[in-house]
Amino acid sequence: MKTPPPAPPVALLAELTHRCVLKCPYCSNPLELERRSAELDTATWLRVIDEAAALGVLQISFSGGEPMLRPDIAALVARAVERGLYTNLITSGVGFSPEALERVAQAGLDHVQLSVQGVEDAAADHVAGHGGSAAQKRRLAAEIARLGLRLTVNAVVHRGNVDQIPALVRMAEDWGAARVEIAHVQYYGWAVANRGRLMPTRVQVDQAIADLASERARTAGRLVIDAVTPDYYASYPKPCMGGWGAQNINVTPSGRALPCHAAETIPHLVFDNVRDRPLAEIWRDSAAFNAYRGTDWMAEPCRSCERRERDFGGCRCQALLFAGNAAATDPACSLSPLHDTLLAVAQRDSAPDGGAYAYRGYARP
Amino acid sequence: MSAAPITGGDVPALPRGVRLQFNQVRGQWFLQGPERVFEPDEIAVEILKRIDGVRTVDAIARELAVEFAAPEAEIAVDVAAFVAELLAIRMLERREAGP
Ligand code: SF4
Ligand code: SF4
Repeated sequence: MKTPPPAPPVALLAELTHRCVLKCPYCSNPLELERRSAELDTATWLRVIDEAAALGVLQISFSGGEPMLRPDIAALVARAVERGLYTNLITSGVGFSPEALERVAQAGLDHVQLSVQGVEDAAADHVAGHGGSAAQKRRLAAEIARLGLRLTVNAVVHRGNVDQIPALVRMAEDWGAARVEIAHVQYYGWAVANRGRLMPTRVQVDQAIADLASERARTAGRLVIDAVTPDYYASYPKPCMGGWGAQNINVTPSGRALPCHAAETIPHLVFDNVRDRPLAEIWRDSAAFNAYRGTDWMAEPCRSCERRERDFGGCRCQALLFAGNAAATDPACSLSPLHDTLLAVAQRDSAPDGGAYAYRGYARP
Repeated sequence: MSAAPITGGDVPALPRGVRLQFNQVRGQWFLQGPERVFEPDEIAVEILKRIDGVRTVDAIARELAVEFAAPEAEIAVDVAAFVAELLAIRMLERREAGP
């Protein structure tokens, strides 16, 4: 039986490099960071951008690591603009000059997402593992405003800063952001290694949810606030994108095509490389993309659950982490037999421990 | 960026970072912003195409009334509501009306 080809992907996440000046302990990059020598060259990225547009991709996010560390960033943005893609730059704001951003803006960039680690410089720099980073972000924010670029401020929140949500939103407003993303840490990779220092308490999470609601009410009509929800204390998991292999392609610095940025944590998946296969073929035929497409792969309780098309059984990576099986129900779901285990881990890891962060870097923690 | 209600004299515009485009591969119009992809229906596309930072809400309604042979007053209400909705989520901005 032949299955119909999947609908085209909506977004391409182009992880141009894993290099980054900052060392955030919750970084979504894998523990084994790819080195500069393994990175795709400009010509290959240009081809990937062409192939993405031809496939029907609408948005491209240039990410990393720090994408501004690639000398060809303006050329890549220019090509994406030329091909009609909506272009996002996802940046830490550190390690490059504001003038470099001007060249990218002139190439036609639509939107900058600037990450922040907190509202007080010393505390923020501590999380980033880099002195002076908060001040540099402020300077970049001023440059973004001067260039008239659309700005999203992205704040990853965890035990150390989750109490600052109202202050973070105000800071974003001061910087002229049109959108704020409050993203609770998602636990895979580096964040798992640091879970005991990052996990918020249940009281903190409840307060964060209340703060988010009041900030949305306060800024309604002038600011869009999106949130990545904390799922460890929830009854249902967060939805896996719009379904696995349904909307997104993620290409790593060395060209591996992933259904999601954390997919490499699932050891049995085999990923194709854009050096070897056209993007359209990967999207349609790659085993990794087909592994959890649709709902046929599901077991109970997801299989017969009425929410299965809404959350797609939650996160495959989290299922693997706790159940040892990526096809299991996400243990963040109260219907999972492992839900209590997950809750116990959250409670244990949210206790104050005073340990030091295992900072992201080329040596594993 | 005031929350003042939309009037017929207001001039809406697409800000930098928001794009209305016809996608050839998908054969469809899209309105896009940061982490947002909207699929406007036929009427919405006709309104959006006329949002250029020059035409007023009234002018847009007048053109559509002629084009679709519909009562202008009714269309003006719809256009104003549509513009207000997109203003609230920063997918449109308000320009100062020209001299
Ligand atoms: S059982 Fe599966 S589909 Fe149902 S809510 Fe839980 S994770 Fe979602
Ligand atoms: S598998 Fe998990 S990490 Fe990957 S996109 Fe889905 S929810 Fe996110």
